Amino acid sequence: MKKDDNKSSNITCPIYKSWRELPHIPVSKGQKGSIGETGDWRTFRPEIDKKKCNKCGICYVYCPDGVIVFKEGSVPEIDYTYCKGCGICKVKCPKKVIEMIQERE
Amino acid sequence: MSKMKKTQTDKEKTIIMSGNYAAAWGAKCARVKVVSAYPITPQTTVVEKMAEFVDTKELDANYIKVESEHSVMSSLVGSSMTGARSFTATSGQGLLYMTEMLHWVSSSRLPIVTTIASRGIAPPWNIWAEYTDILSIRDCGWIIQFASTHQEIFDSVLMSYKIAENEDVMLPYFIVYGGFTQSHTSKPVRIPRQTDVDNFLPAPPEKGWSHLNLDPENPITHGNLLMPQQEYLDFRFLIHDSMMKSKKTIHRTIKEFKKSFGRDYKGLVEKYRCDDADVVMISYGALAEQNKNAVDTLREKGRKVGSFKLRYIRPFPTEELMELFDSGVKVIGVADQGTAFGSPTGGPISTEVMSLLGSGKRKIKVLPIIWGLGGRNVTVDEQINLYKHLLRLKNKNEYPVDDAFQQGTYWLGLKTGA
Ligand code: SF4
Ligand code: SF4
Repeated sequence: MKKDDNKSSNITCPIYKSWRELPHIPVSKGQKGSIGETGDWRTFRPEIDKKKCNKCGICYVYCPDGVIVFKEGSVPEIDYTYCKGCGICKVKCPKKVIEMIQERE
Repeated sequence: MSKMKKTQTDKEKTIIMSGNYAAAWGAKCARVKVVSAYPITPQTTVVEKMAEFVDTKELDANYIKVESEHSVMSSLVGSSMTGARSFTATSGQGLLYMTEMLHWVSSSRLPIVTTIASRGIAPPWNIWAEYTDILSIRDCGWIIQFASTHQEIFDSVLMSYKIAENEDVMLPYFIVYGGFTQSHTSKPVRIPRQTDVDNFLPAPPEKGWSHLNLDPENPITHGNLLMPQQEYLDFRFLIHDSMMKSKKTIHRTIKEFKKSFGRDYKGLVEKYRCDDADVVMISYGALAEQNKNAVDTLREKGRKVGSFKLRYIRPFPTEELMELFDSGVKVIGVADQGTAFGSPTGGPISTEVMSLLGSGKRKIKVLPIIWGLGGRNVTVDEQINLYKHLLRLKNKNEYPVDDAFQQGTYWLGLKTGA
């Protein structure tokens, strides 16, 4: 029994008026950026050298935030709106073709 | 004779087994689907027996061997989230090491059952019957039930899943018994026909639990952040609320069990000759069972004494205790086989009983008792002696005068140089 949706961010989250309406536990379905545009937190931006990338997709597998979009046979694309710049993709890339570049204001 | 033999093989068979094997047999008959295991004395033979059941294909289950108790419970979080009936056993330090994940289980509302062969906490090392392990994690959202006979250990596993998996309860469940005195002694245990067990305890729903189901086709995130103004507080309340309301399901399940298998576990407590008693001793575990002998001896001499066994401490049997307080009883002893250092009495359960007692204007006197720590023997004669202390408190208003009476609590067996 959901009440008005919480509109304070770009996500849909039910607001409950009473504990009697609650499920046993809270569960969230996959949706983009449930905590906002986390790309704002980034200090270093990963950049893929498109010419040297072998399209293996390993960076896509390891990205903890699921912000690397990868289609078999093409160079992955990073969604900078949500990439937090952790650098895991850089460490995991077997070809060492991801560089972390400092963001400027 | 031949007729008796037939009923034995038809409806049930009686096997002489250890308390630990009774726990394993219970899990086997409950058809658990996942067992995660890390050995620790005195529980080890539970998970060893489970390994044997899986190895010989008597039980169709996944057996996960991990590197610690923390991982035992972590792996069961995963298995239970898929709707698989999940089981493990532990003791003492192992249970303490699990503590973080115990909260993860109850707050995810996962109906995992764990049997505990309780033992003393180190240091100094001690592996014998004492309940400080379970008592020190009593508030983490698991139902806690003591089993004081071998048969009760087996039967409790069957009942526990039925209670825990009830849609209104959805809480994990501990079945607790004493290390060695129960885990490693052997007694006959009646094992019912599998079809009768299956009728009593059907398999969990195919689609998994309704509140949480790990399914690769429908990915979800669980356990993520809730801000202070969101429902964190409300979900906490729900756990407590469901625990308190689980009493109804517990009572119903005990009744259904009696109907199916003929054994009656009464309720959250078991009263023994308490009806007209002036003096009642409250205790739990196997020593509560033994206490009945002390009561019988004193009753023969005309003393109006009774024994009150707590089968459950979570949820706490508040109503049953209130009934006892209002029954005309004059003096109550509360015996803890475990410690709560620095609490009002030094014993966790006596502290809780006294807090209940304080909520009314009653004139009942209480003697908190600590007994049997680290497996220290408690004899029937010593229990009779404790009743004599309680009777003196009733008749002469005198607390024990020997040196074992310290800060208002009687530490049975404390070495006093006498
Ligand atoms: S830096 Fe981190 S978050 Fe950004 S794409 Fe790489 S792995 Fe993902
Ligand atoms: S891991 Fe490196 S080589 Fe592989 S797809 Fe990603 S960027 Fe390209």
